[in-house]
Amino acid sequence: MPEDSFEPRIVGFLCQWCSYTGADLAGTSRMQYPPNLRTIRVMCSGRVDPTFIVQALAEGADGVLIAGCHPGDCHYSEGNYRAMRRYPLLLKLLEQFGIETDRVRLEWVSASEGEKFARVVGEMTARLKELGPLNWKKRSAEYSGAA
Amino acid sequence: MAKPKVAFYWCASCGGCEEAVVDLHEAILKVVEAVDIALWPVALDFKRKDVEAWKPGEVTVAFINGSIRTSEQVDWVKLLRQKCPVVIAFGSCAHLGGIPGLSNFTTREKTLANKYHNSPSVDNPDKILPQLETEINGYELELPEFLPAVYALDQVIEVDYYLPGCPPVPDLISAAVGAILEGKLPEKGSVLAPDKSLCDTCPQKDSKPEVMKIESFKRVADSSPDPDTCFLAQGYVCMGPATRSGCGELCIRGNMPCRGCFGPTSEARDGGTKMLSAIGSLLDTTTEEASERLAATMVDPLGTLYRFSLPTSILKQRLG
Repeated sequence: MPEDSFEPRIVGFLCQWCSYTGADLAGTSRMQYPPNLRTIRVMCSGRVDPTFIVQALAEGADGVLIAGCHPGDCHYSEGNYRAMRRYPLLLKLLEQFGIETDRVRLEWVSASEGEKFARVVGEMTARLKELGPLNWKKRSAEYSGAA
Repeated sequence: MAKPKVAFYWCASCGGCEEAVVDLHEAILKVVEAVDIALWPVALDFKRKDVEAWKPGEVTVAFINGSIRTSEQVDWVKLLRQKCPVVIAFGSCAHLGGIPGLSNFTTREKTLANKYHNSPSVDNPDKILPQLETEINGYELELPEFLPAVYALDQVIEVDYYLPGCPPVPDLISAAVGAILEGKLPEKGSVLAPDKSLCDTCPQKDSKPEVMKIESFKRVADSSPDPDTCFLAQGYVCMGPATRSGCGELCIRGNMPCRGCFGPTSEARDGGTKMLSAIGSLLDTTTEEASERLAATMVDPLGTLYRFSLPTSILKQRLG
Protein backbone atom coordinates (compact mmCIF):
# COMPACT_ATOMS: atom_id res chain seq x y z
CA MET A 1 0.00 0.00 0.00
CA PRO A 2 1.54 3.39 -0.94
CA GLU A 3 2.19 5.43 2.16
CA ASP A 4 -0.07 8.37 1.34
CA SER A 5 -3.10 6.09 0.92
CA PHE A 6 -2.66 4.38 4.30
CA GLU A 7 -5.69 4.96 6.48
CA PRO A 8 -5.05 3.80 10.06
CA ARG A 9 -7.65 1.68 11.79
CA ILE A 10 -8.22 2.92 15.32
CA VAL A 11 -10.36 1.07 17.83
CA GLY A 12 -11.82 3.48 20.35
CA PHE A 13 -13.13 2.34 23.72
CA LEU A 14 -15.28 5.23 24.93
CA CYS A 15 -16.89 5.38 28.34
CA GLN A 16 -20.57 5.94 27.93
CA TRP A 17 -20.98 8.66 30.57
CA CYS A 18 -18.38 11.14 29.35
CA SER A 19 -16.38 10.32 26.25
CA TYR A 20 -19.10 8.64 24.22
CA THR A 21 -21.32 11.63 24.93
CA GLY A 22 -18.38 13.89 24.03
CA ALA A 23 -18.08 12.05 20.71
CA ASP A 24 -21.81 12.50 20.23
CA LEU A 25 -21.42 16.21 20.85
CA ALA A 26 -18.65 16.40 18.25
CA GLY A 27 -21.08 14.75 15.81
CA THR A 28 -24.13 16.86 16.60
CA SER A 29 -21.96 19.99 16.49
CA ARG A 30 -20.88 18.90 12.99
CA MET A 31 -17.20 19.03 13.85
CA GLN A 32 -14.91 17.57 11.23
CA TYR A 33 -12.55 14.79 12.27
CA PRO A 34 -11.00 11.81 10.46
CA PRO A 35 -13.26 8.77 9.99
CA ASN A 36 -10.56 6.34 11.18
CA LEU A 37 -12.02 5.57 14.60
CA ARG A 38 -14.18 2.48 15.16
CA THR A 39 -16.06 3.24 18.34
CA ILE A 40 -16.90 0.70 21.02
CA ARG A 41 -19.06 2.06 23.83
CA VAL A 42 -18.14 0.67 27.23
CA MET A 43 -19.67 1.42 30.61
CA CYS A 44 -16.42 2.76 32.04
CA SER A 45 -12.78 3.20 31.00
CA GLY A 46 -12.03 0.97 34.01
CA ARG A 47 -13.84 -1.86 32.20
CA VAL A 48 -11.28 -1.80 29.39
CA ASP A 49 -9.26 -4.90 30.15
CA PRO A 50 -5.72 -4.68 28.69
CA THR A 51 -6.65 -7.97 26.96
CA PHE A 52 -9.09 -6.02 24.74
CA ILE A 53 -6.39 -3.58 23.71
CA VAL A 54 -3.83 -6.28 22.94
CA GLN A 55 -6.45 -8.34 21.09
CA ALA A 56 -7.41 -5.31 18.97
CA LEU A 57 -3.76 -4.76 18.01
CA ALA A 58 -3.26 -8.47 17.29
CA GLU A 59 -6.39 -8.59 15.11
CA GLY A 60 -5.63 -5.69 12.82
CA ALA A 61 -5.97 -2.34 14.63
CA ASP A 62 -3.16 0.15 14.01
CA GLY A 63 -3.96 2.00 17.21
CA VAL A 64 -6.28 1.95 20.21
CA LEU A 65 -7.85 4.93 21.96
CA ILE A 66 -9.23 4.60 25.49
CA ALA A 67 -11.25 7.61 26.58
CA GLY A 68 -12.95 8.15 29.90
CA CYS A 69 -14.16 10.77 32.35
CA HIS A 70 -11.62 13.14 33.86
CA PRO A 71 -10.08 11.90 37.13
CA GLY A 72 -12.53 12.73 39.89
CA ASP A 73 -15.53 12.64 37.54
CA CYS A 74 -16.03 8.89 37.17
CA HIS A 75 -19.67 7.81 37.25
CA TYR A 76 -18.53 4.83 39.33
CA SER A 77 -16.26 7.05 41.42
CA GLU A 78 -12.90 5.45 40.57
CA GLY A 79 -13.10 3.28 37.45
CA ASN A 80 -11.07 5.78 35.45
CA TYR A 81 -8.31 5.64 38.08
CA ARG A 82 -7.99 1.94 37.29
CA ALA A 83 -7.56 2.78 33.62
CA MET A 84 -5.00 5.42 34.58
CA ARG A 85 -2.97 2.99 36.72
CA ARG A 86 -2.92 0.18 34.18
CA TYR A 87 -1.99 2.37 31.24
CA PRO A 88 1.74 2.99 31.94
CA LEU A 89 2.26 -0.70 32.75
CA LEU A 90 0.59 -1.69 29.49
CA LEU A 91 2.78 0.74 27.54
CA LYS A 92 5.86 -0.81 29.14
CA LEU A 93 4.67 -4.27 28.11
CA LEU A 94 3.88 -3.18 24.54
CA GLU A 95 7.33 -1.64 24.25
CA GLN A 96 8.84 -5.01 25.15
CA PHE A 97 6.78 -6.60 22.37
CA GLY A 98 8.24 -4.05 19.94
CA ILE A 99 5.02 -2.05 19.55
CA GLU A 100 5.33 1.76 19.47
CA THR A 101 3.66 3.19 22.57
CA ASP A 102 2.09 6.05 20.56
CA ARG A 103 -0.28 3.46 19.12
CA VAL A 104 -2.21 3.28 22.38
CA ARG A 105 -3.54 6.50 23.86
CA LEU A 106 -5.49 7.23 27.03
CA GLU A 107 -7.44 10.51 27.10
CA TRP A 108 -9.91 12.16 29.41
CA VAL A 109 -12.83 13.55 27.43
CA SER A 110 -15.86 14.94 29.23
CA ALA A 111 -19.37 15.09 27.80
CA SER A 112 -18.88 18.77 26.96
CA GLU A 113 -15.51 18.30 25.23
CA GLY A 114 -16.63 17.47 21.70
CA GLU A 115 -13.88 19.67 20.42
CA LYS A 116 -11.21 17.85 22.41
CA PHE A 117 -12.55 14.51 21.16
CA ALA A 118 -12.28 15.64 17.53
CA ARG A 119 -8.78 16.98 18.17
CA VAL A 120 -7.59 13.76 19.85
CA VAL A 121 -8.87 11.59 16.98
CA GLY A 122 -7.24 13.97 14.49
CA GLU A 123 -3.87 13.92 16.30
CA MET A 124 -3.94 10.18 16.71
CA THR A 125 -4.76 9.56 13.06
CA ALA A 126 -1.92 11.85 11.99
CA ARG A 127 0.56 10.13 14.31
CA LEU A 128 -0.48 6.65 13.14
CA LYS A 129 -0.03 7.74 9.53
CA GLU A 130 3.54 8.64 10.45
CA LEU A 131 4.10 5.31 12.20
CA GLY A 132 2.53 3.31 9.35
CA PRO A 133 0.50 0.10 9.56
CA LEU A 134 1.04 -2.24 12.51
CA ASN A 135 -0.08 -5.29 10.54
CA TRP A 136 0.59 -7.58 13.51
CA LYS A 137 -1.49 -10.53 12.34
CA LYS A 138 0.15 -10.78 8.92
CA ARG A 139 3.66 -10.09 10.19
CA SER A 140 3.22 -12.59 12.98
CA ALA A 141 2.02 -15.29 10.56
CA GLU A 142 4.89 -14.57 8.17
CA TYR A 143 7.43 -14.66 10.95
CA SER A 144 6.48 -17.79 12.83
CA GLY A 145 4.12 -19.57 10.43
CA ALA A 146 0.42 -20.16 10.78
CA ALA A 147 1.12 -22.07 14.01
CA MET B 1 -6.97 -58.48 28.63
CA ALA B 2 -3.73 -56.95 27.46
CA LYS B 3 -2.55 -53.93 29.44
CA PRO B 4 -3.07 -50.58 27.74
CA LYS B 5 0.10 -49.10 26.32
CA VAL B 6 1.28 -45.55 26.89
CA ALA B 7 4.07 -43.46 25.41
CA PHE B 8 6.14 -40.67 26.94
CA TYR B 9 7.97 -38.30 24.66
CA TRP B 10 9.99 -35.14 25.21
CA CYS B 11 10.61 -32.19 22.94
CA ALA B 12 12.30 -28.90 23.99
CA SER B 13 12.29 -29.61 27.71
CA CYS B 14 14.61 -29.60 30.69
CA GLY B 15 13.85 -33.13 31.86
CA GLY B 16 11.89 -31.90 34.86
CA CYS B 17 8.69 -33.44 33.47
CA GLU B 18 10.40 -36.84 33.24
CA GLU B 19 11.49 -36.29 36.81
CA ALA B 20 7.84 -35.63 37.71
CA VAL B 21 6.91 -39.12 36.47
CA VAL B 22 9.60 -40.63 38.68
CA ASP B 23 8.36 -38.40 41.52
CA LEU B 24 5.22 -40.51 41.63
CA HIS B 25 7.37 -42.71 43.94
CA GLU B 26 5.50 -45.88 44.94
CA ALA B 27 2.50 -44.85 42.87
CA ILE B 28 4.57 -45.49 39.75
CA LEU B 29 4.47 -49.20 40.60
CA LYS B 30 0.69 -49.07 40.29
CA VAL B 31 1.09 -47.31 36.95
CA VAL B 32 3.47 -49.90 35.51
CA GLU B 33 1.23 -52.63 36.88
CA ALA B 34 -1.68 -51.18 34.96
CA VAL B 35 0.00 -50.08 31.74
CA ASP B 36 2.89 -51.00 29.47
CA ILE B 37 5.31 -48.25 28.57
CA ALA B 38 5.77 -48.45 24.82
CA LEU B 39 8.07 -45.47 24.44
CA TRP B 40 10.12 -43.44 26.93
CA PRO B 41 13.34 -42.09 25.39
CA VAL B 42 14.72 -40.76 28.67
CA ALA B 43 14.62 -44.16 30.39
CA LEU B 44 14.25 -46.94 27.83
CA ASP B 45 15.74 -47.58 24.40
CA PHE B 46 13.31 -47.35 21.51
CA LYS B 47 13.87 -46.37 17.91
CA ARG B 48 11.67 -44.36 15.63
CA LYS B 49 11.07 -47.42 13.45
CA ASP B 50 9.52 -49.19 16.47
CA VAL B 51 7.00 -46.38 16.75
CA GLU B 52 6.39 -46.38 12.99
CA ALA B 53 5.56 -50.08 13.26
CA TRP B 54 2.81 -49.52 15.85
CA LYS B 55 -0.68 -50.34 14.62
CA PRO B 56 -2.97 -47.30 14.91
CA GLY B 57 -4.58 -47.34 18.34
CA GLU B 58 -2.17 -49.97 19.67
CA VAL B 59 -0.72 -47.37 22.04
CA THR B 60 -3.59 -45.57 23.74
CA VAL B 61 -2.04 -42.43 25.19
CA ALA B 62 0.95 -40.26 24.40
CA PHE B 63 2.19 -37.94 27.14
CA ILE B 64 4.26 -35.30 25.37
CA ASN B 65 6.31 -32.76 27.29
CA GLY B 66 8.47 -29.86 26.16
CA SER B 67 7.81 -27.06 23.71
CA ILE B 68 8.42 -27.34 19.97
CA ARG B 69 11.53 -25.73 18.52
CA THR B 70 12.91 -28.08 15.86
CA SER B 71 11.57 -29.82 12.75
CA GLU B 72 12.50 -33.17 14.33
CA GLN B 73 10.15 -32.49 17.23
CA VAL B 74 7.38 -31.61 14.77
CA ASP B 75 7.92 -34.92 12.92
CA TRP B 76 7.87 -36.93 16.13
CA VAL B 77 4.74 -35.38 17.59
CA LYS B 78 2.93 -35.72 14.25
CA LEU B 79 3.87 -39.41 14.21
CA LEU B 80 2.63 -39.87 17.78
CA ARG B 81 -0.58 -38.00 16.97
CA GLN B 82 -1.17 -40.31 14.02
CA LYS B 83 -0.66 -43.43 16.17
CA CYS B 84 -2.30 -42.53 19.48
CA PRO B 85 -6.02 -41.88 20.05
CA VAL B 86 -5.26 -39.67 23.07
CA VAL B 87 -2.50 -37.06 23.20
CA ILE B 88 -1.82 -35.23 26.46
CA ALA B 89 0.28 -32.08 26.56
CA PHE B 90 2.34 -32.71 29.69
CA GLY B 91 3.72 -29.73 31.58
CA SER B 92 3.90 -25.98 31.03
CA CYS B 93 6.10 -26.14 27.91
CA ALA B 94 3.75 -28.40 25.94
CA HIS B 95 0.71 -26.65 27.42
CA LEU B 96 1.68 -22.97 27.12
CA GLY B 97 5.12 -22.76 25.52
CA GLY B 98 6.97 -22.69 28.83
CA ILE B 99 10.27 -21.15 29.82
CA PRO B 100 11.87 -21.93 26.40
CA GLY B 101 9.02 -19.84 24.97
CA LEU B 102 10.70 -16.71 26.37
CA SER B 103 13.01 -17.12 23.39
CA ASN B 104 10.12 -15.62 21.35
CA PHE B 105 11.17 -12.35 22.96
CA THR B 106 14.06 -12.33 20.49
CA THR B 107 14.70 -13.65 16.97
CA ARG B 108 15.96 -17.04 15.82
CA GLU B 109 19.08 -15.36 14.40
CA LYS B 110 19.90 -13.66 17.71
CA THR B 111 19.27 -16.86 19.65
CA LEU B 112 21.65 -18.82 17.41
CA ALA B 113 24.27 -16.06 17.49
CA ASN B 114 24.08 -15.90 21.26
CA LYS B 115 24.50 -19.64 21.61
CA TYR B 116 27.15 -20.28 18.93
CA HIS B 117 29.05 -16.97 18.67
CA ASN B 118 28.70 -14.67 21.67
CA SER B 119 28.52 -16.97 24.65
CA PRO B 120 31.72 -16.49 26.74
CA SER B 121 32.40 -20.21 26.94
CA VAL B 122 32.19 -20.75 23.16
CA ASP B 123 35.32 -20.95 20.99
CA ASN B 124 34.09 -20.65 17.40
CA PRO B 125 36.51 -18.45 15.39
CA ASP B 126 35.00 -19.46 12.03
CA LYS B 127 31.53 -18.43 13.24
CA ILE B 128 30.09 -21.79 12.29
CA LEU B 129 26.36 -22.30 12.76
CA PRO B 130 24.50 -25.62 12.63
CA GLN B 131 23.60 -26.50 9.04
CA LEU B 132 20.73 -28.65 7.79
CA GLU B 133 23.18 -30.63 5.65
CA THR B 134 26.93 -31.07 6.02
CA GLU B 135 29.30 -33.25 4.02
CA ILE B 136 32.10 -34.90 5.98
CA ASN B 137 34.42 -37.52 4.44
CA GLY B 138 31.89 -38.20 1.71
CA TYR B 139 29.01 -38.66 4.13
CA GLU B 140 25.93 -36.45 4.07
CA LEU B 141 25.01 -35.50 7.62
CA GLU B 142 21.66 -33.96 8.46
CA LEU B 143 20.46 -31.85 11.37
CA PRO B 144 16.87 -30.84 12.14
CA GLU B 145 15.83 -27.27 11.37
CA PHE B 146 15.78 -24.74 14.21
CA LEU B 147 12.30 -23.22 13.73
CA PRO B 148 11.70 -19.43 13.72
CA ALA B 149 9.88 -19.49 17.06
CA VAL B 150 8.91 -21.66 20.02
CA TYR B 151 5.48 -23.29 19.85
CA ALA B 152 3.20 -25.00 22.33
CA LEU B 153 2.14 -28.54 21.39
CA ASP B 154 -1.37 -27.56 20.27
CA GLN B 155 0.07 -25.07 17.81
CA VAL B 156 1.56 -28.02 15.93
CA ILE B 157 -0.83 -30.97 16.47
CA GLU B 158 -4.28 -31.45 17.93
CA VAL B 159 -4.13 -32.02 21.68
CA ASP B 160 -6.81 -33.85 23.65
CA TYR B 161 -5.89 -32.90 27.23
CA TYR B 162 -3.47 -30.71 29.12
CA LEU B 163 -1.62 -31.52 32.32
CA PRO B 164 -0.37 -28.14 33.55
CA GLY B 165 2.61 -27.32 35.72
CA CYS B 166 6.35 -26.91 35.72
CA PRO B 167 6.38 -29.80 36.30
CA PRO B 168 2.89 -31.31 36.76
CA VAL B 169 2.41 -32.43 40.36
CA PRO B 170 2.15 -36.15 41.26
CA ASP B 171 -1.48 -35.84 42.43
CA LEU B 172 -2.65 -34.51 39.09
CA ILE B 173 -0.61 -37.08 37.14
CA SER B 174 -2.04 -39.94 39.22
CA ALA B 175 -5.56 -38.57 38.81
CA ALA B 176 -5.08 -38.26 35.04
CA VAL B 177 -3.70 -41.79 34.69
CA GLY B 178 -6.58 -43.07 36.86
CA ALA B 179 -9.14 -41.27 34.69
CA ILE B 180 -7.60 -42.78 31.55
CA LEU B 181 -7.61 -46.31 32.97
CA GLU B 182 -11.23 -45.99 34.08
CA GLY B 183 -12.26 -44.28 30.87
CA LYS B 184 -13.52 -41.30 32.86
CA LEU B 185 -11.79 -38.52 30.98
CA PRO B 186 -13.58 -35.17 30.88
CA GLU B 187 -14.56 -33.22 27.79
CA LYS B 188 -11.89 -33.08 25.11
CA GLY B 189 -9.65 -30.02 25.33
CA SER B 190 -9.85 -29.87 29.14
CA VAL B 191 -7.00 -28.92 31.38
CA LEU B 192 -6.76 -31.74 33.93
CA ALA B 193 -6.69 -29.46 36.98
CA PRO B 194 -9.24 -27.45 38.99
CA ASP B 195 -10.73 -24.47 37.16
CA LYS B 196 -10.36 -21.87 39.87
CA SER B 197 -7.70 -19.32 40.61
CA LEU B 198 -4.77 -20.00 42.92
CA CYS B 199 -5.87 -17.20 45.27
CA ASP B 200 -8.99 -19.29 45.98
CA THR B 201 -6.90 -22.06 47.53
CA CYS B 202 -3.98 -19.96 48.79
CA PRO B 203 -2.91 -20.56 52.41
CA GLN B 204 -2.36 -16.79 52.74
CA LYS B 205 -5.88 -16.01 51.60
CA ASP B 206 -7.04 -14.78 55.00
CA SER B 207 -4.20 -12.25 55.19
CA LYS B 208 -5.44 -10.47 52.05
CA PRO B 209 -6.49 -6.95 53.03
CA GLU B 210 -9.98 -5.70 52.20
CA VAL B 211 -8.54 -2.99 49.98
CA MET B 212 -5.21 -3.89 48.47
CA LYS B 213 -2.79 -1.09 47.63
CA ILE B 214 0.60 -1.63 45.99
CA GLU B 215 2.91 1.16 47.11
CA SER B 216 6.07 -0.18 45.47
CA PHE B 217 7.11 -3.24 43.50
CA LYS B 218 9.36 -5.65 45.33
CA ARG B 219 11.33 -8.63 44.03
CA VAL B 220 12.44 -11.77 45.83
CA ALA B 221 15.91 -11.14 44.40
CA ASP B 222 16.28 -8.05 46.61
CA SER B 223 14.20 -8.77 49.70
CA SER B 224 12.45 -11.57 51.50
CA PRO B 225 8.66 -11.56 51.74
CA ASP B 226 6.81 -12.11 55.00
CA PRO B 227 5.66 -15.75 54.60
CA ASP B 228 2.34 -15.16 56.38
CA THR B 229 1.05 -12.20 54.41
CA CYS B 230 -0.43 -12.09 50.89
CA PHE B 231 2.57 -11.52 48.58
CA LEU B 232 0.65 -9.19 46.30
CA ALA B 233 -0.34 -7.00 49.25
CA GLN B 234 3.38 -6.74 50.06
CA GLY B 235 4.16 -5.57 46.52
CA TYR B 236 5.59 -8.83 45.15
CA VAL B 237 4.10 -9.72 41.76
CA CYS B 238 2.38 -12.99 42.62
CA MET B 239 0.59 -14.46 39.60
CA GLY B 240 -2.06 -16.11 41.80
CA PRO B 241 -5.05 -14.05 40.62
CA ALA B 242 -4.47 -15.05 36.98
CA THR B 243 -3.26 -18.61 37.57
CA ARG B 244 -5.07 -21.91 37.83
CA SER B 245 -5.04 -23.74 41.14
CA GLY B 246 -4.12 -27.42 41.59
CA CYS B 247 -0.39 -27.25 42.28
CA GLY B 248 -0.80 -27.66 46.03
CA GLU B 249 0.51 -24.08 46.48
CA LEU B 250 4.06 -25.45 46.60
CA CYS B 251 5.77 -22.15 45.78
CA ILE B 252 3.62 -20.14 48.19
CA ARG B 253 4.46 -22.59 51.00
CA GLY B 254 8.13 -22.19 50.06
CA ASN B 255 7.80 -18.40 50.47
CA MET B 256 7.94 -17.81 46.72
CA PRO B 257 5.24 -15.78 44.94
CA CYS B 258 3.37 -17.70 42.22
CA ARG B 259 5.10 -17.51 38.86
CA GLY B 260 2.13 -18.72 36.83
CA CYS B 261 3.24 -22.14 35.55
CA PHE B 262 -0.33 -23.54 35.52
CA GLY B 263 -1.51 -20.83 33.14
CA PRO B 264 -4.82 -18.99 33.45
CA THR B 265 -8.21 -20.58 34.15
CA SER B 266 -10.56 -21.33 31.27
CA GLU B 267 -12.14 -17.89 31.80
CA ALA B 268 -9.05 -16.00 30.64
CA ARG B 269 -7.67 -15.96 27.10
CA ASP B 270 -4.38 -14.33 28.08
CA GLY B 271 -3.03 -14.70 31.62
CA GLY B 272 -0.47 -11.92 31.14
CA THR B 273 -2.86 -9.11 30.26
CA LYS B 274 -5.31 -10.35 32.90
CA MET B 275 -2.60 -10.14 35.52
CA LEU B 276 -1.56 -6.73 34.24
CA SER B 277 -5.17 -5.65 34.61
CA ALA B 278 -5.22 -6.90 38.20
CA ILE B 279 -1.93 -5.42 39.43
CA GLY B 280 -2.40 -2.24 37.41
CA SER B 281 -5.60 -1.42 39.19
CA LEU B 282 -4.02 -2.07 42.62
CA LEU B 283 -1.37 0.65 42.38
CA ASP B 284 -1.63 3.14 45.22
CA THR B 285 -1.66 6.25 43.03
CA THR B 286 -4.13 9.00 42.17
CA THR B 287 -2.26 10.91 39.47
CA GLU B 288 -0.89 10.00 36.05
CA GLU B 289 2.62 11.05 37.04
CA ALA B 290 2.64 8.88 40.16
CA SER B 291 1.26 5.92 38.17
CA GLU B 292 4.03 6.32 35.60
CA ARG B 293 6.68 6.55 38.30
CA LEU B 294 5.44 3.41 40.01
CA ALA B 295 5.00 1.50 36.74
CA ALA B 296 8.57 2.37 35.79
CA THR B 297 9.83 0.44 38.81
CA MET B 298 8.29 -2.86 37.67
CA VAL B 299 11.21 -4.82 36.26
CA ASP B 300 10.54 -6.77 33.04
CA PRO B 301 6.71 -6.96 32.83
CA LEU B 302 6.87 -9.25 29.79
CA GLY B 303 9.15 -11.81 31.43
CA THR B 304 7.15 -11.65 34.65
CA LEU B 305 3.66 -11.84 33.17
CA TYR B 306 4.50 -14.35 30.42
CA ARG B 307 7.21 -16.39 32.13
CA PHE B 308 5.53 -19.64 31.01
CA SER B 309 3.09 -18.56 28.34
CA LEU B 310 4.60 -16.22 25.75
CA PRO B 311 4.03 -18.50 22.68
CA THR B 312 0.34 -18.96 23.54
CA SER B 313 -0.30 -15.33 24.51
CA ILE B 314 -2.33 -13.13 22.16
CA LEU B 315 0.73 -11.40 20.71
CA LYS B 316 2.87 -14.62 20.80
CA GLN B 317 6.27 -13.01 20.13
CA ARG B 318 8.16 -9.81 19.76
CA LEU B 319 8.21 -8.61 16.14
CA GLY B 320 10.94 -6.22 15.01
